[in-house]
Amino acid sequence: MEIYLFYIVATISVVTAAYLIFERSPVYNALYLIQTMVCIAVLYILLEAQFIAAVQMIVYAGAIMVLFLFVIMLLNLNIKEETKGALLFQKIPAIFMGIALFVTICVILKSKLLPGKHGEYTTAYVNSIGNTRVIGNLLFTDYLLPFEITSILLFVAAIGAIMLAKRKL
Amino acid sequence: MITLTHYIVLSAILFTLGVVGVLIRRNAIIIFMCIELMLNAVNLSFVAFAHYLNSMQGQLFVFFTMTVAAAEAAVGLAIIVAVFRNKETVNIDDINIMKW
Repeated sequence: MEIYLFYIVATISVVTAAYLIFERSPVYNALYLIQTMVCIAVLYILLEAQFIAAVQMIVYAGAIMVLFLFVIMLLNLNIKEETKGALLFQKIPAIFMGIALFVTICVILKSKLLPGKHGEYTTAYVNSIGNTRVIGNLLFTDYLLPFEITSILLFVAAIGAIMLAKRKL
Repeated sequence: MITLTHYIVLSAILFTLGVVGVLIRRNAIIIFMCIELMLNAVNLSFVAFAHYLNSMQGQLFVFFTMTVAAAEAAVGLAIIVAVFRNKETVNIDDINIMKW
């Protein structure tokens, strides 16, 4: 049952990601990317990562993509502008190199380097406590310093965005 | 039964599509969206490894990656708006003032 859901969602995400690359209109690009992110959120739920799935929906598909749509509509882009002066002979080598990259990743995958050390957080253990609670516990104990640094990073990013958006620096 | 390989191959396909998009598109905003797609693909493999290795670190890393991506989107889009205000375009072939 789950495998069918996986295949359906994976197909939708790959097709929408391909549309993201080959579609001309920037607004449609943003909507296709939102679709891809929703598909990835479904995969997170299949992987028993409920908190990450919720954050994916709220932060990525909600906040970041709305920011993209705001900027696209603010700039009022001309669609035809992009084709003008495009580098010749770039598309085919780019797609070829992309396939080469994919083959390289698959070759690394086939070598038996991947399996690592198993941890203590089994699915049954995490579900007995609650996914969000386990993540919260870890964030405020073992990962407290990275968490605080993250808050400073967001603060600096907000100040930087305001400075860049000012008309006269 | 969904194995780890399923997720890693899907993540590799999405990452490759993001790389190809960065290489063939000329609109700065769409290149930025393709970078977000690559970040999402890596996040997916993080969570898949975390699930199959019974670990929590993968999910915590995804949490931090999302924060960095949010900061990056805010600053990057502000830069694109500033460039558009100066040059009236976001086509990266025309934004070459730092090239030579």
